[in-house]
Amino acid sequence: MENLLNAFVVLSNFVIIPAAAYGAQLALGALGVTLIYAVLRFSNFAHGDLMAFGTMATILGTWWLQAMGIGIHPLPTALLVLPLGVLAAVLLALGTDRVVYRFYRQRRSAPVVFVIVSVGVMFVYNALVRFFIGVEDRRFEDGERFIIRPNEFEALTGLDEGLALRSSQLLTVVVAILAMLALFWFLQRTRTGKAMRAFSDNEDLALLSGIDPKRVVLITWALAATLATLAGVLYGLDKSFRPFNYFQLLLPIFAAAIVGGIGKPFGAVIGGFVVAFSEVGLTYAYRRVLQYVVPEQWMPDGLAQLLSTDYKFAISFIILVLVLLIRPTGILRGRVI
Amino acid sequence: MSPALRTPLAFAAMAAALLGVGFFQSWTLALAILNLSLISAIMALGVNMQWGYAGLFNVGVMGFAALGGVAAVIVSMPPVPGAWAAGSWNLLFAALALLATIGAALLVRAKLPSGRRTLATLLVVVVGYFVIRFFGDQATEAIEGYESASTGYLGGLGLPILLAWIVGALFAAGGAWLIGKVALGLRSDYLAIATLGISEIILALLKNEAWLTRGVKNVTGLPRPAPYEIALQQDPAFVDFATGLGLPATTASSLAVSLVYTALFAVVLIVLLVLAERALNSPWGRMMRAIRDNRDAAAAMGKDVTRRHLQVFVIGSAVVGLAGAMLVTLDGQFTPGTYNPLRFTFLIWVMVILGGSGNNMGAVLGAFVIWFVWVQAEPAGLWLMSTITAGMEQGDALRQHLIDSAPHLRLFLMGAILLTVLRFSPRGILPEKTGTARPPV
Repeated sequence: MENLLNAFVVLSNFVIIPAAAYGAQLALGALGVTLIYAVLRFSNFAHGDLMAFGTMATILGTWWLQAMGIGIHPLPTALLVLPLGVLAAVLLALGTDRVVYRFYRQRRSAPVVFVIVSVGVMFVYNALVRFFIGVEDRRFEDGERFIIRPNEFEALTGLDEGLALRSSQLLTVVVAILAMLALFWFLQRTRTGKAMRAFSDNEDLALLSGIDPKRVVLITWALAATLATLAGVLYGLDKSFRPFNYFQLLLPIFAAAIVGGIGKPFGAVIGGFVVAFSEVGLTYAYRRVLQYVVPEQWMPDGLAQLLSTDYKFAISFIILVLVLLIRPTGILRGRVI
Repeated sequence: MSPALRTPLAFAAMAAALLGVGFFQSWTLALAILNLSLISAIMALGVNMQWGYAGLFNVGVMGFAALGGVAAVIVSMPPVPGAWAAGSWNLLFAALALLATIGAALLVRAKLPSGRRTLATLLVVVVGYFVIRFFGDQATEAIEGYESASTGYLGGLGLPILLAWIVGALFAAGGAWLIGKVALGLRSDYLAIATLGISEIILALLKNEAWLTRGVKNVTGLPRPAPYEIALQQDPAFVDFATGLGLPATTASSLAVSLVYTALFAVVLIVLLVLAERALNSPWGRMMRAIRDNRDAAAAMGKDVTRRHLQVFVIGSAVVGLAGAMLVTLDGQFTPGTYNPLRFTFLIWVMVILGGSGNNMGAVLGAFVIWFVWVQAEPAGLWLMSTITAGMEQGDALRQHLIDSAPHLRLFLMGAILLTVLRFSPRGILPEKTGTARPPV
């Protein structure tokens, strides 16, 4: 029993908790991608860099507050600045839509044109972020870092293995759940949310019913930018902020959105956790878990690691391919992409 | 201005710009820009085949270019007999296990009724994976452990490097065929995401499978198709020739080597251009454009759209792979860590769109223009920032920050160019030659 508990603690420490946090971050990112896809009907390649932009604005605000000595200990200062970061990202997204995308919407361009345009937008966002904050790794987490430290846990339970729960991990999951609940409530219960869903299901019919397309598009961008900033800030708190990493998050986020069923918000949440648990679970070396449950003579020689850690991207992609081969519309029967 | 006049004028302006670099900056720089422009032009030709002929949005250019680069290593580097001795048997077993797994999976899918197929296939793949890993781990450990500081990989075949260009094209074609099988026939967005993913995976493989590519330890000192500068400098005839031109022997030798590369690349580019033009103006090219402009009508006329897409996807990727092998040849080294999607995928896209999608000359011109801008943007950005901040104090933090961030102006410029072209002139500098007016994009 003791051994099983120890094994479970190790597993929680290195797989379950990190994957849950990462999954929540991916889910928030994928929600934004899915919303854009559902309403504006294209895959937004600039989403990762929009996340980076919102995070960058939050970090700059955080530094400013830290310099003035304002904080909300034990929570990280970044939470206090979050509305500011969200506002910056929303303004950027709306400005982009006004200057760039609106023209193609009026001309009813093909989706692939939107995708190429979003690549151009990606370049510009990327340059903006690098211009303001540079390309280095930044850590901006402050406040109380640990909810429980490994040695405290060991003293508390008497087990051999310590459990570490970082505050950013719990915060990520809590904030993500709140954000998702708010979003689903908005989509299901409010008039605007219903209008967005109607617009996504059948544009012509929605227009006939007197739904204002401008307003729907505006709200969609605002929501996507908000979710992107949330996802970006939480990811940055949990790990660290580097502009290039955010560009690379694009792939797992797309994978999460498609696996869940693109255009389906709830699917994005499921997809995010599926991708995160696969990524972390398949690249973790299970040796330390196995030593508690497998008898000595059966122990494998190696680290008992299924894939090297560098193949994380490959995993999200392989899941994507498998889902598309077996069930092209994703888990929740989303749109045909 | 008529298109017939536009093309030569545009190219003349480009040549003038390069000559300007030669006269005002240095001839070495001008030739360096020219060589990379030629390689970029070949990549842009490949992407133009996919996008301009067929409307396929391939965001995996980097991966195909890297596959070409691997080919250069595998073909031209000398083999490492010790590593072969250490790991070849296990490697052979791993390869056999891989083939057996694929065979068994296909057999299961063919023989079993559809209900139980997925589970059985999964089981076969999982068992196969562990068998492959069992042999593969032993093999890679032995190979990577063999004199890991100097080699630690299998080495290549020791063949001439020019052969690698063809092999690189074949590697990329093979990769493209696999991806195309999965991703084509779905919506365009999906092909984009799939190719983006696959190029990242190819890079991950190249960085990690050190037994094959040395991974992040890089392979340096690849054989060259051109003479070495040192050899030229020690050749009395060449030194006399250089002094006759009034150049120091060192400069003359590096220029001569660059010119050898230029000649090789130019030959490849011209051959490809002729082939691409002929293909575009043939019935095959007309059919491709028909599929691009109205897929349903073409399908109704009996054209196998997915098959044709696969065909052009493979051909275009092969051209990109060829360019990737040329690039590694020019650098003389293979460094998986330097492949970056912004530089290898999206930059090529900007070239194609700016030059004129669907027009081969346009793709080439776009490559020259964009590469020129990309190289010259950094000094220009630095000059701009220095000018802006000239009035500030020497140690001013903002000034330092602005000067440090000058290189990022490049990315901004590329994004701005792409967006501007798409918005105001979606057909590019040299628009596609069409019989009738095409609907605007």
